Amino acid sequence: MARRDYSLTGPEAARAVERGLAAAEWYHSDVPRKEMKALMKREDQLAIRDTIILFGCMILFAGIGIALWPSWWSAPFWLAYGVLYGSAMDSRWHECGHGTAFRTDWMNNAVYQVASFCMIRNPVTWRWSHARHHTDTIVVGRDPEISVMRPPDFLRLVANFFGLFDTWNSLGRMLLNASGRLAPDEATYIPESEQPKVIRIARIWVAIYAATILLALVTWSILPLMVIGLPRLYGAWHHVMTGLLQHGGLAEDVTDHRLNCRTVYMNPVSRFIYWNMNYHVEHHMFPMIPYHRLPELHERIKDDLPEPSPSIPAAYAEMIPVLVRQLRYEDFFLRRDLPPTARPYREDLHDEVPGIPAAMPAE
Amino acid sequence: MSDWIDACATDDIDEEDLIRFDHGGRTFAIYRSPEDEFFCTDGLCTHEQVHLEDGLVMEHTIECPKHNGRFDYRTGEALRAPVCVNLATYEVKVEAGRVLIRI
Repeated sequence: MARRDYSLTGPEAARAVERGLAAAEWYHSDVPRKEMKALMKREDQLAIRDTIILFGCMILFAGIGIALWPSWWSAPFWLAYGVLYGSAMDSRWHECGHGTAFRTDWMNNAVYQVASFCMIRNPVTWRWSHARHHTDTIVVGRDPEISVMRPPDFLRLVANFFGLFDTWNSLGRMLLNASGRLAPDEATYIPESEQPKVIRIARIWVAIYAATILLALVTWSILPLMVIGLPRLYGAWHHVMTGLLQHGGLAEDVTDHRLNCRTVYMNPVSRFIYWNMNYHVEHHMFPMIPYHRLPELHERIKDDLPEPSPSIPAAYAEMIPVLVRQLRYEDFFLRRDLPPTARPYREDLHDEVPGIPAAMPAE
Repeated sequence: MSDWIDACATDDIDEEDLIRFDHGGRTFAIYRSPEDEFFCTDGLCTHEQVHLEDGLVMEHTIECPKHNGRFDYRTGEALRAPVCVNLATYEVKVEAGRVLIRI
């Protein structure tokens, strides 16, 4: 099979449209309207609680880190601060971008702006990028957020645990946007009316980073960058660790989230950092459900879904052999069995899926 | 002038909710507000043509079930990205327990 072109402006983009994969109808598990309304219901209290804990911990850890600087005793506090800045902000960006964290929308927008800055993701660009990710999840040529392409680039994947490629790319885009331009792919999914906002925010961010760098130079200390900027690198590992599991090794070009998303049971700390996005099949199937109701949704529909991975290590044990095999066989992917209680996959919808269904990820 | 169309009974819609109504090859959404008033808009989100019938009504907003864009269903005003284009709205009246819309 020829190597696939994941760009949004290449031949795969037109092919996806021709095959009816763009803005297609997707499979949904049955949930009666009354139950769905209860699950969708918004409230402020839980997200306010979590946000106070998050920002409180960030201030505490950074404060201790600054107080102990430059001693190595400050290192654990920077690591803790970093994972909240460079990873928890990823999930806050995500949930508040959906507008599901808080009932009061200005709270969603406020946290969204802060989290976008921490993650160096332009809040306008990424709102549209993520809308496309939900419309055309893992559809090659359409989804701008495919993190594990085939064949997998392991160097890039490992480097991103330290934010290296992502941050480099984000900084480049920020500078490009600040110069008054958009990347060609950005122009495919951001409406023209929104594009000036992309540029305005990029310019504000460049000013903030320039001030931080200036402060570091004036004080001749890296400390200002330990607080702003560098945590995107040294704290990225958790969001990459959890994020790769969302879709890694699963099917491309399907219209059933059970085939291209992975739900993983995780420990409570990771679930706080990740804001329950480990219930990823459920989130994609019903993006209206707030993060704090996803466990209930999972209980409600799990009989219609593949068995969740029991832990993060188990999910990696499942995914890594598939990715390794994709180095030689790009069309290989993992197709997980459904329980007998589930409605079967619609084979007629996926008979053109490029790839070999993999009952087991073995060589 | 368009005629009034009998769309549904008032009891067909829960308070702070909506139902879908199809007529003449078109699709609409009919809402019942917390104040027990009724409203009607086009049924499809202006962003990517997803039907709003599975969306969430919160007070006077309808949130699209696919991308969480929001509209004020009383005016059709687009309130939250990714929706940028307003929804069309239609006149509604209630007579003898029936909801009538003018399209």
